[in-house]
Amino acid sequence: MSHPPGSVNRVSDSEVLVRARGLAKRFGDFTAVDGIDFDLYRGEAFGFLGPNGAGKSSTMRMIGCVSPPSGGEMTILGRDPVRDGSAIRARLGVVPQEDTLDVELTVRENLLVYGRYFGLPRRVIRERTDALLDFVQLSDRAGDKVDPLSGGLKRRLTIARSLINEPEILILDEPTTGLDPQARHVVWDRLFRLKQRGVTLILTTHYMDEAEQLCDRLVVMDHGTFAAEGSPRELITRYCSREVLELRFGPDRHELAADKLRDFPAERAEVLADRILLYVTDGDDALAAVRSTGLEPLTSLVRRGTLEDVFLRLTGRRLED
Amino acid sequence: MAPALLTTGVAQPGWASSSLSFRAFSCWMTVYRRIWRSSIWSSVLGPLFYLGAMGLGLGTLVNRHGTASLGGVSYLAFVAPAILATSVMNTAMGEASYPVFGSVKWNKIYIAAQASPLGPGDIFRGHLLFMTMRIAMNAALVTLYMWAFGATRSAWVLLAWPAATLTGLAFAAPIAAWAVMVKADTTFAYLFRFGMMPLMLFSGTFFPLSQLPSWLRPLAYATPLWHGVDLCRMLSLGDIDLPRALIHVAYLAVLSALGIWAGARTYRRRLYV
Repeated sequence: MSHPPGSVNRVSDSEVLVRARGLAKRFGDFTAVDGIDFDLYRGEAFGFLGPNGAGKSSTMRMIGCVSPPSGGEMTILGRDPVRDGSAIRARLGVVPQEDTLDVELTVRENLLVYGRYFGLPRRVIRERTDALLDFVQLSDRAGDKVDPLSGGLKRRLTIARSLINEPEILILDEPTTGLDPQARHVVWDRLFRLKQRGVTLILTTHYMDEAEQLCDRLVVMDHGTFAAEGSPRELITRYCSREVLELRFGPDRHELAADKLRDFPAERAEVLADRILLYVTDGDDALAAVRSTGLEPLTSLVRRGTLEDVFLRLTGRRLED
Repeated sequence: MAPALLTTGVAQPGWASSSLSFRAFSCWMTVYRRIWRSSIWSSVLGPLFYLGAMGLGLGTLVNRHGTASLGGVSYLAFVAPAILATSVMNTAMGEASYPVFGSVKWNKIYIAAQASPLGPGDIFRGHLLFMTMRIAMNAALVTLYMWAFGATRSAWVLLAWPAATLTGLAFAAPIAAWAVMVKADTTFAYLFRFGMMPLMLFSGTFFPLSQLPSWLRPLAYATPLWHGVDLCRMLSLGDIDLPRALIHVAYLAVLSALGIWAGARTYRRRLYV
């Protein structure tokens, strides 16, 4: 995919860490990833945004060298993921979608076991464990068993564990799915700090706010292909109006209002199950115009365009469906 | 995060492969250090009770009716090496079934390990090495019991320890190779019900094969447990028929090798998709 002008200039002069051309993944008759092209640069945070089943996790597994591509070409850190998988994985950190912590072991032992996988001496693991537990604010739980830890703490431990080999690339598959808002913000904060330290982040998410918070650049993925690519801001500018007017009319009048508003002079109207979205330049003006046609909404909201709207526009579906 | 330190995470070429398997083994040892207490009952007391109940309890009854069909030795001496072989089989089946399945589905030890430099083959061999260690521990313990019960007749019994360990490996390797592909844990009930039970009863363990109907005997000769039992028995009684012993060793070694070969492939098929 050619980069839209202006989107990647900031990083285009730096090193390409992952390069994919026509990358595909098939399971029997099912095509999970359908020929995607991308370049990931050192130091950036790159997001794969899309609904469940879009092919995000399959792509992550191929980048993580635990799944052989079915087609296309890919190099990771300049090497072939099939032939040099072990050497590449030594330089990656992985935060999987589902926690794979050993709940019978303590927090510290989980890091020890993992560090041993990477062939690190015990002394090095001990030093790094102290630093990493401090980084994810788990130092006071170091000797505790993992089992009773909350979902948010387990996630932070998984992140600490993924950093034990001081990876150059950190792969995060839906890092905050299932966490409460407070726990999510802690995770975002830590990931942001990692990025500032120069760790390249590759993440998948179906939360638009997560993508907006963390990603320098992202692709919208649907049915195994990229529907769009760019920075969050650019995608919104390109695919969404400046403002969005959300109107609710209640179940009785929803259909009627929808019929009327389809021809309303907006950039675009989107009829959801419970709401009607009007994509407009000025939300307040649009609301006044709606009222002047005799339609009085139960509630109305004027907001900025978001990635959620971009996704809706590009795929006709909502992200979290 | 200083990239310079990353070289510590890269395997040295040459010894890389065996070293990677040892890393997986090291993980299992850490886990074992935490959970070994819960395995005490089955591995330490189980064979002790069997030896006591079968060898001494039932043995008193059997000995009273003459032991010519046992080769003229006491029932305890006859049954003890069979309990050794059966015990390692049970340990092997236990270690190679649920823990392998659980490492994919429950605690996901394999899945976690896979994100590291370890490949599916390393993960398999490291776990198998741990199983073999558990089997060897169990075999050593039961051999010690046999000696303490006065059930051994020869110093060759020292070789019954590696013989029993090989018997265990001949079960563990193929079962682990299969277990990693199993889709539901209920499948293992069949292994224990239709695998372990008949083998335990009809492999020349509690009574000699000569007591079986002649048409059933070839079936018993084909089972790995009979080879293990007969080998351990020869060594424990010091009544060694060398060609037969070599056939037993060859049979068990081939079965182990097949399991090790198959496991590297099934683990790859299951984990690297």
